[in-house]
Amino acid sequence: MPLARLIPCLDVAQGRVVKGKSFVNLRDVGDPVELAQYYSAGGADEMVFLDISATPEGVGTMVQVVQRVADVLEIPFTVGGGIRSVEDASRIIEAGADRVSLNSAALATPELITEIAARFGSQAVVVAIDAGVDVVYTHGARVATDIATVPWAVEAAARGAGEILLTSIARDGQRTGFDLALTEAVRDAVDIPVIASGGAGSAEHIADALRVTDAALIASIVHENPAGLPGLRREIEALGIELRPLKERR
Amino acid sequence: MSDVVIIDYGAGNTRSVRAALTHLGRSSEVSADPTLIASAPFVILPGVGSARTAMDHLDETGAAGALRSRFAAESPILGICLGMQLALQASQEDGGVKGLGLLEGLVVRLDAPRIPRLGWAQVEPWGEAFYFAHSFVAESPDTVATSEGLCAAVQRGSFLGVQFHPEKSHVAGLSFLESCLSLA
Repeated sequence: MPLARLIPCLDVAQGRVVKGKSFVNLRDVGDPVELAQYYSAGGADEMVFLDISATPEGVGTMVQVVQRVADVLEIPFTVGGGIRSVEDASRIIEAGADRVSLNSAALATPELITEIAARFGSQAVVVAIDAGVDVVYTHGARVATDIATVPWAVEAAARGAGEILLTSIARDGQRTGFDLALTEAVRDAVDIPVIASGGAGSAEHIADALRVTDAALIASIVHENPAGLPGLRREIEALGIELRPLKERR
Repeated sequence: MSDVVIIDYGAGNTRSVRAALTHLGRSSEVSADPTLIASAPFVILPGVGSARTAMDHLDETGAAGALRSRFAAESPILGICLGMQLALQASQEDGGVKGLGLLEGLVVRLDAPRIPRLGWAQVEPWGEAFYFAHSFVAESPDTVATSEGLCAAVQRGSFLGVQFHPEKSHVAGLSFLESCLSLA
């Protein structure tokens, strides 16, 4: 298996970062491009950008952000939020994103997963699942469906998803640790990589998740102290998790 | 003329490769023009998308022929991911696709615990971790580097192909690209 991955996630609205603005010595702390570069320099293995302002007008604002990110970021990145068609996905990928993340749109139109995978490969399609108690939620985790989490993950993989981004709604933002039982259940049910999300509050939490699955999404723990990312990596490594060895820029 | 021509497949992401080259101070352009491909100082065959669509596009534009001439003339070509796989004899992807045949070997479906194989992995004997994202892998006698026992790089004559994405592999990837370009 490849090395465990640590993936900071930036929430973006109208092209600006809405969480994680604090205490960073950047010219523009609301600029997703500058923050992403900062995290990349600090040892992020990948980045995720979620457009939480996604509107019916589509992905236009985000396309510009993606182009600017692609021009400077030398690590892979995933973009989600408001992608509802193959056309939307194409615009985001051609702007330079490695992967698109589908959530509500995949539930509404599961064929979309297959269509995007056929065009850009499975590795380009992430299905994000907001998991409540037993069932999946949509619309920013506000609307419950009657779709059970594990079977939906299995269906998404069968339809061509290359990765599952699995968020525990109950743990999200709580910093009390990942929902390991949920993560294990989904990991065991699919043969594609699974990113654990929701609950990272310490190096121990992240190490626990990385013993269960391939990657961990981190948000508030790193946004509150962006300069602490290299230290967080070292703590996780000290707990026995092998991460990518970082190289200094010459 | 640009320092590097990045071959246009008609689909997929060439922006990151261009950005990495710009970072290294090299000019580049994206093109499928056979004349440019044959005469550029350095050519990159990037890789995102499906093998059949990519190969059809290379054939239709004349880029495939230009790559073969370039290879015969021993001018440098770097293949990345699918671009590396297309240089072999054939791929099992999309029900079977004939490749450029610059190198010996076949591309087969990965046998790995989780597919796609996504993430950073050590490449030996180079001793560096690079970023991989693939569901198929080369089996080739021209293999020159491996990752977890899988083919990570092939080389024959002036063609070097890598399964990983140097343009997405941060400092290690940029150093790798720089050393490739310095051979041109």
